[in-house]
Amino acid sequence: MTEQINSQSAPSPLPFRPGNLKRKMRIGEDMIEASLFVVGFLTIFITISIVIVLGDQALLFFNDPQVGFKEFFMTTQWQPAIGLFGIWALVSSTLTTSAIAMLVSLPLGLSAAVYLSEYASPRARSILKPILEILAGIPTVVYGFFALLFVTPILRNLLGSETLGVYNMLSAGIVMGIMILPLISSMSEDALSAVPNSLREAAYAMGATPFETSVQVILPAALSGIGAAIIVGISRAVGETMIVAVASGATSKFTFNPLEAAETMTAHIARISGGDLSYNTIDYNSLFAIALMLFLVTLVLNLVSQWIVSKFREQYE
Amino acid sequence: MTKFNYPQEHELQGFVNARYRTAWIWQAIFLSALLIAILSLSALILNVVDGAFGYVAYEFKKDPALISEKPLDDLDKEELIAVLKTNLSKGAYGKLDKESPIEGRGKADLYSLVVERIIQVKTLETYTLYDSLFRKAEVEAEVQEKFPDARLEFRSWLTPQFITAPMSSRAEFAGVRTALLGSIWLVSIAIAFALPVGVGAAVYLQEYARKNFINTAIQMNINNLAGVPSIVYGMLGLAIFVRAMEVFTSGAMFGVTDSNGRTILSAGLTMGILVLPLVIINAQEAIKAVPDSLRQAAYGVGATKWQTVWYHVLPNALPGILTGSILAMSRAVGETAPLIIVGASTFISIDPSGVFSKFTALPIQIYQWTSRAQGEFHAIAAAAIIVLLILLLTLNATAILLRNRFQRRF
Repeated sequence: MTEQINSQSAPSPLPFRPGNLKRKMRIGEDMIEASLFVVGFLTIFITISIVIVLGDQALLFFNDPQVGFKEFFMTTQWQPAIGLFGIWALVSSTLTTSAIAMLVSLPLGLSAAVYLSEYASPRARSILKPILEILAGIPTVVYGFFALLFVTPILRNLLGSETLGVYNMLSAGIVMGIMILPLISSMSEDALSAVPNSLREAAYAMGATPFETSVQVILPAALSGIGAAIIVGISRAVGETMIVAVASGATSKFTFNPLEAAETMTAHIARISGGDLSYNTIDYNSLFAIALMLFLVTLVLNLVSQWIVSKFREQYE
Repeated sequence: MTKFNYPQEHELQGFVNARYRTAWIWQAIFLSALLIAILSLSALILNVVDGAFGYVAYEFKKDPALISEKPLDDLDKEELIAVLKTNLSKGAYGKLDKESPIEGRGKADLYSLVVERIIQVKTLETYTLYDSLFRKAEVEAEVQEKFPDARLEFRSWLTPQFITAPMSSRAEFAGVRTALLGSIWLVSIAIAFALPVGVGAAVYLQEYARKNFINTAIQMNINNLAGVPSIVYGMLGLAIFVRAMEVFTSGAMFGVTDSNGRTILSAGLTMGILVLPLVIINAQEAIKAVPDSLRQAAYGVGATKWQTVWYHVLPNALPGILTGSILAMSRAVGETAPLIIVGASTFISIDPSGVFSKFTALPIQIYQWTSRAQGEFHAIAAAAIIVLLILLLTLNATAILLRNRFQRRF
């Protein structure tokens, strides 16, 4: 009886076929993976096209008999109308506005980050952080309006309208600093909160005050992350367009005086291409040369900041 | 052996007190940085509101009271036509009739014609909300002195008419309808491009990519693209979409003839490329947050990789992906510089009719109006900023709601 049952219910043994263990070919799956890869690779293609497009037009510009490589990088007059292409006239104002922006945003952003990460209660954080996020979400053209119609009048009242014109780099730089503040503070805060609590506890156990703990222990430990934040901030300031286009004037001029009006690289591109610009002229090509410089500068800054972050990220893990 | 002199207890207490005083002072300094940020934000918003409302000194070329006995608002269509006939020269009337038959026009259109062509309001001076509220007497005295004939009226520049009226060269009649529609078109095209591409790239990087050189390069490249200045994307769009692909983006390929490459399509695609890194990074975060146990369970019952991704990973990551795309949309709404480069029209009063239309956008109008010297243009710039900020607020609120509604903690 038992034998009978066994013989009936026992499954017939499968013939051993090693082929079953191999991965089954699924053409659909492979095609999906391939197309997803193509989509992912598209992002690299975008970078390549930026380099090719900017490089190609910039090359046309540098090959023009009117401009020389040396003239471009060594002279300080930018007047396309009379064939003067000295990039320093635009770089000087980009440097000035960016420097002012960093002078404003660095101390403020860092202080805000230290407060949020080391002092604020969770309740205070939940109120204060969204405010910084709102500040980060405001379009830059609105900041431009704010610079021209609020900050500039106030500065002109303070310094006298003879010293400070309607358009000036000071006001644009300050407002740019306010715009970058949330970026610096959120990146620095991430760096500060990544410092393990054991360091804080050790410092407090030694009797350090909260200030001594955060400045002498936590800040040095988070220095790499803060450095990355500063670099990203600079890159944002260099590439910022609308605030300077609205508030810092439309004349290219080699100057580092923040009280003067001068056009930055970005503002120059925006102003010239906003007008009626015919293709394949030297003016048109010069814009691509400026854009290429901007791209390379910000690329290097971003790469450096990423390198810093990845090099020091796992320090405490 | 020298003997070490320990400080007295009261001295020690002094040191400690001094250190704690320093700590308190610095805490106040740190906090004040946040207060400055809050102050700047309030100043910015107050400045915009301050500009968008306030007294206006204006004068008429022709007093409305002289045109008809009834107030202008109460006139019906026939009476408005009669007013136009009596007050306009025959040539001017005929020209208007030719543009679009007068009889066939709506009442609102006729009304604005009467206001624009006959009454001809001229703004002389605008005042801010602050001046209008707290320095009323001085404002009145100043207007009396400078423009004896002018009328003074409190005006809100942000009216329903401001949102529905098309662009106009006169600030009093200008509206943002054209710009608002342009912005909506742009953002739709941008997100229609960036969402599928971005999610695809994120799925590839999170689910498929092995750790090799090319995938590391893709990841690094995306982080870098996120930091490229927006104006560089504008140059890319100008060279590729506006010029190199003009046959496609101008619509010449599809039989549209009266257009060049500076169309909504070019600008929308440029915007799409600009927000793509943002969409990818956000989608990656969302996919990363889906716990591995879900994937293992799917594989355990014999699902293929794509089935796992499509039926389990993506549905669970969807709220995060949507939140990310809305944030990308709000970035695209506010972005100005690339649009200037790609060639937004600065003056256009016809609604965009399709992807091959010329266009303008909200931030472009704000830029244009802010750059003008006259106060009334600053006032409408402020009003347009309020419209833009409300739009952004709505988008972000939607994103936060989505996140809170669908967020699942594993």
